Amino acid sequence: MEIFSEYQDRIYAAFWITIELTVFAAIGALVLGTVLAAMRLSPVPVMRWLGTTYVNVVRNTPLTLILVFCSLGLANTLHITLTDPMSPTSIVDSNFRLATLGLAVYTAAFVCEAIRSGVNTVPIGQAEAARSLGLTFSQNLRIILLPQAFRAVIIPLGSVLIALTKNTTIASAIGVAEAALLMKEMVENTSALLLVGSIFAVGFVILTLPMGLFFGWLGKRLAVLR
Amino acid sequence: MSGASVLFDAPGPRARLRNILLALATLAVFAVIFVWILCKFIAAGQFDWAKWKPFLTGNLWTTYVLPGVQGTLTAAAVSIVLALVLGCALGIGRLSPVPAVSWACAVFVEFFRAVPVLIMMLFSYALFAQYDVFPSQHLALAGVITGLTLYNSAVIAEIVRTGVHALPRGQAEAASALGLTWGQSMRSIQLPQAITSMLPVLVSQMVVVLKDTAIGYQITFVEMVRQGQSIGSAYGNYIPALIVIAALMIALNFTLSWIATRLEARLRRSKKGPAPLAARPVVQDGSAV
Repeated sequence: MEIFSEYQDRIYAAFWITIELTVFAAIGALVLGTVLAAMRLSPVPVMRWLGTTYVNVVRNTPLTLILVFCSLGLANTLHITLTDPMSPTSIVDSNFRLATLGLAVYTAAFVCEAIRSGVNTVPIGQAEAARSLGLTFSQNLRIILLPQAFRAVIIPLGSVLIALTKNTTIASAIGVAEAALLMKEMVENTSALLLVGSIFAVGFVILTLPMGLFFGWLGKRLAVLR
Repeated sequence: MSGASVLFDAPGPRARLRNILLALATLAVFAVIFVWILCKFIAAGQFDWAKWKPFLTGNLWTTYVLPGVQGTLTAAAVSIVLALVLGCALGIGRLSPVPAVSWACAVFVEFFRAVPVLIMMLFSYALFAQYDVFPSQHLALAGVITGLTLYNSAVIAEIVRTGVHALPRGQAEAASALGLTWGQSMRSIQLPQAITSMLPVLVSQMVVVLKDTAIGYQITFVEMVRQGQSIGSAYGNYIPALIVIAALMIALNFTLSWIATRLEARLRRSKKGPAPLAARPVVQDGSAV
């Protein structure tokens, strides 16, 4: 337990970075994923094709590759760092922002699929009934389709968020000081492997289990009975 | 097309015109982005012939790419087999009528689904190193396999459970009416049917395993992404190297996903047995089943 008290502050700081990465990447992924889903559901074939290609390419690429590309390709080769190169913390900031970008780009493909499958659970009769009642397209979308689709999307989006939380560990590949990077350091510098392993495993269980329970509960509560 | 038809009527003349304009606008936007990226690459000299030429030499492939592909495939193949065995055992255990067994399996499954694969890899790698379990050249491979096996067995356990639950209730009821014990009914009635319907999902899970071998990058495992990075530092061509590796990886995964979809279509056509569970398109590692 000495090790825990010695590293306590740093453990909290590392998990805080994990949470920050998760939140920022989740916002980015939600925005990009919604745009992609809109493209894949649109009546324009070119948009559908572009959306499908994006999703297929990104979700078949390992996240490690995307993040390594952000670091070695964008930052080192093309000098796109998303930071002011003069600021004293530019390297740390740049790694954090590039990791957020990579995670958002990767997760967006899964958000898109979750939203699309949610919209597809709405039976076609709902839209047909709405149209035959004389609702316009936007009324149809606002009153009939989206409320049902949104409820069906909660559980899958929850799983995507949980997966994102776990995937932030991969950001340690490009040196973001989150939980896995600290774990690497503690494994090397302390001799209490079992304790170190349990601290981080339990940390992630504490982060992800409540999320799963919450989204499961919310999704069931709001589910549309059919 | 199923999605489009819920949301939209068949387009009339005005909608068709609007769709064409939208299509042109989208193409224009993407063309601008694409050209901008190309210009960036060209400005950084990443499309110079010198950066791509090494890919035509056999040396690069035998020194870097092929060992990487071999590492990736070995780790993926061993882990999927081990995960299948362990996952089936856990899935059946979780369905067991003995509360102690089903609870133990449930805790195991939930725990390993909640912990990131990288954390398990770091832990098992350090553990094996500390106790000299494996010779040092196989340490990283053992770490990767342990991490992937633990995580994917938890996922496969859930797939097995879903597959058995998806069977018609009458199957188990008929079995117990015939006087079969729980074990007999599981072995000769429920599992054979469930496993057929699970096949497509299992194949798509293989894609996840294949992709996740890249996490071994961080414990110095020789796999495709690490080799891509080595090519980049040896020849000074990070962007071409990573693009080639990504293309290889995507081709590999696409083939597997394609097999999964074909398998599902084939099982759906056959009249025998229950309908297959839908082949999940590559799930993000960690998604709930």
